[in-house]
Amino acid sequence: MAAVASTPRQKVGWTTANFVVIALALIPVLWLLSLSFKTPAAVIDPSFIPASWTWGNYSGILTSAQFIRPLINSIGIGLISTVISVVLASMAAYAIARLRFPGKSLLIGMALLIAMFPLIALVTPLFTIERALGLFNTWPGLIIPYIAFGLPLGIYTLSAFFREIPWELEKAAKVDGATPFQAFVRVIAPLAAPGMVTTAILVFLACWNDFLLAISFTSTIASRTAPAAMEYFSGSSQFTVPTGPIAAAAVVITIPIIVFVLFFQRRIVAGLTSGAVKG
Amino acid sequence: MAEIVLDHITKRFPDGALAVDDFNLDISDGEFVILVGPSGCGKSTTLNMIAGLEDITSGELRIGGKVVNNKTPKDRDIAMVFQSYALYPHMTVRENMGFALKLAKVPQATINEKVEEAARILDLTQHLDRRPANLSGGQRQRVAMGRAIVRDPSVFLMDEPLSNLDAKLRVQMRTEVSRIQRRLGTTTVYVTHDQTEAMTLGDRVAVMRSGLLQQVGSPKELYDSPVNLFVAGFIGSPAMNFMGGTLEDGKLRTSLGDFQLSDRLRRAVERESAGREVIVGLRPENFEDAAIVSADARPNGITFHTSIDVLESMGSDVFVYFTQAREQGVNAAELEELAKDSGRADTGASGDTVVARLDAATRIHEGGDAELWVDGRSMHVFDPATGRNLSLDADRGGAASSSAARSSTGSSSAGSSSAGSSSAGSSSAGSSAAGSDAATGSTTPAGPGGEVT
Repeated sequence: MAAVASTPRQKVGWTTANFVVIALALIPVLWLLSLSFKTPAAVIDPSFIPASWTWGNYSGILTSAQFIRPLINSIGIGLISTVISVVLASMAAYAIARLRFPGKSLLIGMALLIAMFPLIALVTPLFTIERALGLFNTWPGLIIPYIAFGLPLGIYTLSAFFREIPWELEKAAKVDGATPFQAFVRVIAPLAAPGMVTTAILVFLACWNDFLLAISFTSTIASRTAPAAMEYFSGSSQFTVPTGPIAAAAVVITIPIIVFVLFFQRRIVAGLTSGAVKG
Repeated sequence: MAEIVLDHITKRFPDGALAVDDFNLDISDGEFVILVGPSGCGKSTTLNMIAGLEDITSGELRIGGKVVNNKTPKDRDIAMVFQSYALYPHMTVRENMGFALKLAKVPQATINEKVEEAARILDLTQHLDRRPANLSGGQRQRVAMGRAIVRDPSVFLMDEPLSNLDAKLRVQMRTEVSRIQRRLGTTTVYVTHDQTEAMTLGDRVAVMRSGLLQQVGSPKELYDSPVNLFVAGFIGSPAMNFMGGTLEDGKLRTSLGDFQLSDRLRRAVERESAGREVIVGLRPENFEDAAIVSADARPNGITFHTSIDVLESMGSDVFVYFTQAREQGVNAAELEELAKDSGRADTGASGDTVVARLDAATRIHEGGDAELWVDGRSMHVFDPATGRNLSLDADRGGAASSSAARSSTGSSSAGSSSAGSSSAGSSSAGSSAAGSDAATGSTTPAGPGGEVT
């Protein structure tokens, strides 16, 4: 924005606007953080900074199987869904970016349709299907729908990346004696790596953050993911609301995402294709 | 080492566009053949078909005697250098050059040996462990060449490999390419749109236009005996000058003056041309400052007065530009295409400007009135309707060399679509028919040089 703002007045204006937006986004997060450090009794205390700090909420949830097991489920289900989605999406996206085949536009349309479809409308039929197939309350019961909804996202992101890779590289690989599969694996895929990482992050975040499917297709901590598990936290007695533990759990599941994005940000931005063709 | 035979090759794209039409060419083992033509003429498509990157719609492609129409690029034993170099950016120079060998499961020690040898030839040894992104344009180009060399293929295919280099480097690399090809003796097909590259590099040059092969021959053949307007205008720099002419009383009347026609040429023109309008083609070097021309030579051409618009002195030569009053329009689709390709159509420069190359001793100056002489003996006369070179038909009366006859089975813009295969010993039915037709047509024996005056 600095480049756009030319006069000092505009600069001040933009800076203020930016601060307002960031504050609006961050206040709930900070509030959550504050709640997670408050004792159960102080939860109703309106002050932003806790009067007395406690690690109790964190130590409570991190020693409870009710949270640890769902956390493992979240990581496992998220990673498996992401890997399968990215592998399948990269092949599909490559075909879409490179090949001319009948039904291509139909395929793209269908992928877009799936991405646009309101998830809530599909929960009931999927629930019935999963019950009938015995997938209810299992890892595959969540992995399969996650892949289905991750694929359109992956295909769209990756086909944009594949289009950027000069086609001549593939021709060169073919002339060098590579089979189409070798050309893809040894030349195209390494160049599309930034795209694949980006796609993987997007798909993983979608799985990690999902609540609707996780709460609908699970019944025990055998397959329940972390966001859904928070819903089942109980207070110390029947009459206490587990606000503190929920806040602490929310903070815990946010940390991997922050780490993820900070760590991969550079990789996402770095272009790998420079030098392939004339400057 | 292999010979390549393109036998009635045709390429039609799925959208119906005809990219290459009935292309016939025999390339012998070790030969350096250039495919040249303006952009969109189908030369790159032809190369891609040889490489196996494009399907062949009809016709037969043979490399080393084997039909390879349905073989994948990897089974054709070819190496290709791309216009954009297409280096693998995630690999070092060494890995780039060794990639093909690695895919072929050659032992690592052999790969290293071959890569290092190629690097020595191309002066890349100190860059072997760098990545393409850190190399200059010329170095990248050499890596692309190296990648082709290490494989020791039977055929090199090059798709405008020098067009991304700056002018000075291009001239250097042109010599380099020529040297490497000679050293390795590998059959090479080289695509370019630059007629200078075509003239300087190739053993033989194939000129293409809109998917049709126009003429195949040695650079000199193309320059001296172009079969039609297109080849005449495309080959040579500065390009041949074209002007309208009218046949009257056995003379060829042009805006420069009246040329005396030999009976032979007159008959050829009258036979071929429906009307009396023709297009006259004169190369810049056919002109000379009249003051320098010796009295003996003068009767071979005509002298005329003109005012010089621009004079460019090159040291060794002097180029003068003058405008010629338009006596009648020179309209031919081929000339328009040439103008478009050279950018003349965009700059708005009129096609009536004539370029003449004079001896450096000339005393002509810019803006002044000058007396110029033009040699009528090397004049070309073209049929405006078909673009065919009529003076060539006249020459062919019997004295013309067999090679000229072979290479000039004219495929004109309006005429038949069968372009002649000019390679020795393999004249197709079409080309031999056209050749005999021309031979029977003009029975008068032509003298050497084909005098016009």
